[in-house]
Amino acid sequence: MKALRFERKAGKYVAASIAGRLGAGKGAPVGPLSLKDVDEPELPAEGWVRLQPRLAGICGSDLATIDGRSSRYFEPIVSFPFTPGHEVVGSLEDGTRAVLIPVLSCVTRGIDPVCPACEAGRTNHCGRIAFGHLEPGLQSGYCEDTGGGWSTSMVAHESQLLAVPDALSDEAAVMVEPTACAVHAARTVAASGPKATVAVIGAGTLGLLTIAALRAEATVGTLVATGKYPHQKALATSLGADQVVAPRELGRVLRSLTGSFVLDGGQLTDGVDLVVDCVGSEASLTQALQVVAPGGEVLVVGMPGHTTLDLTSLWHRETAIRGCYAYTRPDFDRALALVADAGLERLLSATYPLSRYTDAIEHAATAGARGAVKVAFDLRKPGR
Amino acid sequence: MPRPGFVLDVDKSTPPILFHHGEGFRLEKLPAGRSRVIYPGEPLDALDDVEGAIADALANPMEMAPLADLLTPGMKLTIAFDDVSLPLPPMKRPDIRQRVIEQVLDLAAAAGVDDVHLIAALALHRRMTEDELRHAVGDRVYDAFAPQGALYNHDAEDPDNLAFLGTTKHGEEVEINKRAAESDLLVYVNINIVSMDGGHKSTATGLASYRSIKHHHNVHTMEHSKSFMDRHNSELHHSNWRMGKVIADAGVKVFQIETTINNDTFGQDGPMSVLAKREWEWTTKDRVSFIGMQQGLKRLSSPTRRKIFQGHRAPYGVTSVQAGAIEPVHEKTLEHCFDQHIVPVEGQTDILTMGLPYICPYNVNSIMNPILVMCLGLGYFFNMYRGKPLVREGGVLIMTHPTPWEFHPVHHPSYIDFFEQVLADTKDPKEIEAKWEKQFAEDEWYRHLYRTSYAYHGVHPFYMWYWGSHALKHLGRVIVVGGDNRAVARLGFKSASTLNDAFEMAEDVVGPQPTITHLKNPPILMADVK
Repeated sequence: MKALRFERKAGKYVAASIAGRLGAGKGAPVGPLSLKDVDEPELPAEGWVRLQPRLAGICGSDLATIDGRSSRYFEPIVSFPFTPGHEVVGSLEDGTRAVLIPVLSCVTRGIDPVCPACEAGRTNHCGRIAFGHLEPGLQSGYCEDTGGGWSTSMVAHESQLLAVPDALSDEAAVMVEPTACAVHAARTVAASGPKATVAVIGAGTLGLLTIAALRAEATVGTLVATGKYPHQKALATSLGADQVVAPRELGRVLRSLTGSFVLDGGQLTDGVDLVVDCVGSEASLTQALQVVAPGGEVLVVGMPGHTTLDLTSLWHRETAIRGCYAYTRPDFDRALALVADAGLERLLSATYPLSRYTDAIEHAATAGARGAVKVAFDLRKPGR
Repeated sequence: MPRPGFVLDVDKSTPPILFHHGEGFRLEKLPAGRSRVIYPGEPLDALDDVEGAIADALANPMEMAPLADLLTPGMKLTIAFDDVSLPLPPMKRPDIRQRVIEQVLDLAAAAGVDDVHLIAALALHRRMTEDELRHAVGDRVYDAFAPQGALYNHDAEDPDNLAFLGTTKHGEEVEINKRAAESDLLVYVNINIVSMDGGHKSTATGLASYRSIKHHHNVHTMEHSKSFMDRHNSELHHSNWRMGKVIADAGVKVFQIETTINNDTFGQDGPMSVLAKREWEWTTKDRVSFIGMQQGLKRLSSPTRRKIFQGHRAPYGVTSVQAGAIEPVHEKTLEHCFDQHIVPVEGQTDILTMGLPYICPYNVNSIMNPILVMCLGLGYFFNMYRGKPLVREGGVLIMTHPTPWEFHPVHHPSYIDFFEQVLADTKDPKEIEAKWEKQFAEDEWYRHLYRTSYAYHGVHPFYMWYWGSHALKHLGRVIVVGGDNRAVARLGFKSASTLNDAFEMAEDVVGPQPTITHLKNPPILMADVK
């Protein structure tokens, strides 16, 4: 079968890292990712089934990996070679469709008894992601044994499957996984009570979905988002942002909104109750710390990496930075409903066959500038 | 004998016309047979003896006792003076304010008055810097009063130093500087560069608070001021006159001093002098000088060009000084202003063109940001008429200016937010006023910057937009030639890269073969449209 494989090749990783610095998505042609004819992955144990991907999205974390920007933190919790792709809607052998819940928790690894986090239903906090009868891998798409969505066949544990209603298109279903991330963030926010003022940094896929999820799942007052491009601003507004501004304008807008003063360097004296950082870069985190109110929280939804931050304000203003990774099963259930209710399939902008993977990845990496949001591989036609 | 302003009908022999374009210029050929150019009058003869004229005005005021008779030992005297927004460009030293204030102070000293304060009547404008104050009042006055805290900027947000004097019959609240209100005599020193300035507006606006100013600096007033340069047809002035009555009824005695200056903006020699000449009268030396200036400017960075232009000091001549009661003084001042500025014009035009220069009242020593471009074009220049607007209703205004997306971060902080937030939301003055003004006007940060830094008040960009509201309502389209496309679009206007492109775009609105009128300002002119 055809699959995109990411192999552990140090030289190619360096080449990807250099190319990725020259341009987003440029790591694909020169890096460790390549299209190959490979054997289908074997079913690891009972309870596993074969899943034929129909659509598989390209995520920001995938792009970071391909462009050599991922943290070495991941090395012990992935296994090579792996087939990327964790935003997957696929067909099962009985012809039904399912969305993949990619977290590889204790149950999928045959670990019994399961770890305390999995016991509590917090599978995204699983403490055994490098152990059990599977090779290490925090999710399908990063594990040698499971394969991934960027192929014509992968395996999935029954606990990883979420049935897709007939009324939901593939284009909508492929948005469920990233929406579940956003729902998880929104439910995390909701758990700490209403928020009068919220800023969402970033209006890529994750940012837009987070805006929609915050409106659906949490009680937030004024929501200000950043967006670089006109289509992002329009979508953010339609999904529930009260105001969408250019990133450089955010500090001034939040200053005005919160009646804050400004210290030299741009630090607001007050600020918003919550900043949801859907970018995770040094710049976005720095900005988040500048505009969050004393005692407020920065929720990091976008995947960060090595970052240099001045945390003095965090200490002085008693602000919190909290990570927000993946989802739980209930998040997926809510995400499925939100995708349908909010018409989130409109965020899928383009699909590509595997054979054009370099184009697909470059498109995904430059989605904002090209008027796009989500880019995916379309594996439904034979030979794709 | 200086030649008055006049209207030139453009024919095939008419040379290209000079358009101001920010810190640069354009030479534009206007279509023959249907274009006209309104030229300002040449500088009126200046007073030979300015000191003598001042002394005479103070000794023989209109409908008031001589100033010397109003000054008594132990009295409280306040001298207010126009701020850095006047005149434009700033005048060469000595500034007329300095010359007037020195004589007032000499009289006060002779009368034994020792409780004297001098206040820059800046309303909601930014505070003047020490250099700017020194330029306005002179080093001698500054050094004598500023170190003792007796020379300072008016603070329209200082609740401890404002006095509420009452309301007009229209319900307009009148609140002015407490020191001025509680003085035995308030002497107000004006520079009346245009007919909008002076009269009751000097004290009722210049020394007022936001609470008071908001009653006339609003969309309704501006839409009903046709024009605000024509005091008797200006709701802005009617409101100020009503407030002036409240001020007088509250017992505030004002000794008004108004001065007028001529059109000698660019001087009779030097590289800028060519800007005041009529194009067909340019000598070979003028052409060489202009080409050299153009080439030189092109090689300079924008900040360097700005510094050069902002450094220009105009050699205005003083044409009149009148003092005494506000209303007779101001009527006389208007006569002098109109003598210099009025140009009779027959009928309106389909398209009005104007070249916007580098400066307006609110960017002295600063940056002409896009909101100020709008205000200068649609506010000040559009309203330089008496009778009817130069351009017909539904007509097109074409302005030339680079309109950079650039703001002075210290002087115009609320302008940045207005441009980024408010204009991104709506361009409609009424909607802006209803939805956004209060938030900006009462913003504590802007208030802090206005009071302690050199920032215009938070509400000031709103006023700039309101200043253009009459024009916005009147015009069918506004086109900016040579502007930053993004900034022009944010203003809600259309961009054109050349004047001919702009004419073609304008024809979509006003039809083919439109009539065109170019308002050749500066130097200043005011069209008396029949």
